[in-house]
Amino acid sequence: MRQHFERTDSWPKLVGIYLALITMSLVSLYPVWNVFNMSLRPDDTLYSTSLRLIPVNATWDNYRVMLFEKPLLGWMGNSLIVSLATAMIGVLVSATAGYALSRFRFFTRDGFMVFLLTTQMFPAPMLLLPTFLLLTRLGLLNTYTGMIIPYAATAIPFSIWMMKGFYDTIPRELEESAYIDGAGNLAAFWRIILPLASPALAISALFSFMTAWSEYIIARVVLTKPELYTLPVGLVTLQSAFATEWGRYSAGALLTMIPAAALFILLSRFLVSGLTLGSVKG
Amino acid sequence: MARKEPTRTPGAPWWLPYVYSAPAMLLLGLMVVYPLGYGLYLGFTNMSLQNFFHFRFIGLRNFVAILTDPEFYSVLWRTVAWTAVNVFFHVTIGLWLAILLNRKLPGQPVFRTLLVLPWAIPQYIAALSWKTMFQYDFGAINLFLKAIGLPPAPWLSEPNWAFAAVIITNVWLGFPFMMMVSLGGLQSIPRELYEAADVDGASAWSKFREITLPLLRPVLIPAVTLGIVWTFNMVNVIYLVTGGGPGNSTDILVSYVYKAAFDFARYGYAAAFSTVIFLILLAFGVNFVRASRGTEGVY
Repeated sequence: MRQHFERTDSWPKLVGIYLALITMSLVSLYPVWNVFNMSLRPDDTLYSTSLRLIPVNATWDNYRVMLFEKPLLGWMGNSLIVSLATAMIGVLVSATAGYALSRFRFFTRDGFMVFLLTTQMFPAPMLLLPTFLLLTRLGLLNTYTGMIIPYAATAIPFSIWMMKGFYDTIPRELEESAYIDGAGNLAAFWRIILPLASPALAISALFSFMTAWSEYIIARVVLTKPELYTLPVGLVTLQSAFATEWGRYSAGALLTMIPAAALFILLSRFLVSGLTLGSVKG
Repeated sequence: MARKEPTRTPGAPWWLPYVYSAPAMLLLGLMVVYPLGYGLYLGFTNMSLQNFFHFRFIGLRNFVAILTDPEFYSVLWRTVAWTAVNVFFHVTIGLWLAILLNRKLPGQPVFRTLLVLPWAIPQYIAALSWKTMFQYDFGAINLFLKAIGLPPAPWLSEPNWAFAAVIITNVWLGFPFMMMVSLGGLQSIPRELYEAADVDGASAWSKFREITLPLLRPVLIPAVTLGIVWTFNMVNVIYLVTGGGPGNSTDILVSYVYKAAFDFARYGYAAAFSTVIFLILLAFGVNFVRASRGTEGVY
């Protein structure tokens, strides 16, 4: 029994650790559960003063309505196309740019690094109107491309930064041995570095995907055709009705968060090793 | 932490790094630099919904209006408080949980998965869920307070409680990022250091002060820098949970400008306001990075 735990942790300390972790896990979980709880309520019990985890008269009816009567599946399809394309572009662009920043000292390098940090400082409203005018001029309103391009641009500064941090932890000797074998730089990058960087690639794909999956503000101005709505825009239309249909909205919200959370949790084992913003030098 | 030698990659032509970074530079040039320049320019105009096509250059008038408005300073002060409180809790809770998780512990992966949930779900869904939980009569938090014998709190109708509500929501959203960053850092600290400290009879606190914190610095400094900037510019939580209300009492700079732009369509004014926010963050960023000498981690 004892060998399952840290040798230096005493029993009372372990009890304390478990209590703290259980409490904090419940705090993490409850707001998610709250959405689930609301989604199961029939319309007449939306305002209830009970703290039951499963509401009285729980019903799946809101899910039936969302899946078969409201265009939720269409929104989800649009979101999936936009998010997958954003993830692909995000990974490709940040994997190469991060590599340049990690392995080369070139004229615009330091300026580029500082620029990436400053992109995080513009308040979102500052870019929105100019972005809208630009997309109008490029004829990209009501297109998938009109969302994918701004989303990828939003996602890549952080991804480049992270990729660069991860490449920094890969010893240069690995590429150098490839050069001795006569491989060019591109071949060394492709065959040696990229496979080693897969945790960081997974994380930048995840972040790019999540950026697009959750984005509302740009989508709202780019999209005017309901058949192109992504999930966030679609879900909000449920709220702008006379009275918010909280039950329907919650069912839709839960179906929206399941794919995102599943992907996140699947890839979360890479989060610990892949999310390298700087490295510990012990 | 010596700066890495700028070794040249053997045989690589000088233009190769430009080829590698060209796609990123193109994308950012098109979608960030160009709109940014246009946004800066709009700040010097009177563009609004009435003057959408026929706006004109009005010099510094927007900036003067912003900087002479006493409300600007009260919102700025609130933004600083908002950022400091949030980031403080993100880092302390995140680091604390990371230390708890960074050990041999049955069930550790389950806890890690549950604790990362606030980060894994879309922000707007989480914010709206918290909003319903803060509701006075039917919200889970007041029901819980009543259940344990405490009086319910006017979360969304009293300024101080509303500010507490948006902070609680945002602390909940933000601690998993710091937890995962810290956990990654902790796992790369060699165990021998702690074992050697144990031999010397060091206390848990001195091990934390002398080993954990200094070695986590290069990981935490970029994370905290980003955390501060993200929190300063957090629109979603404020806009969705309180809408800045009651009145303007929970507005931070970015939600204030968001309302000016999209609820009141004062585009020129909003662009100038955004420029001011950007300059404040830029000044902060330059000083913070320099003061903490975190550049090696950042660059």
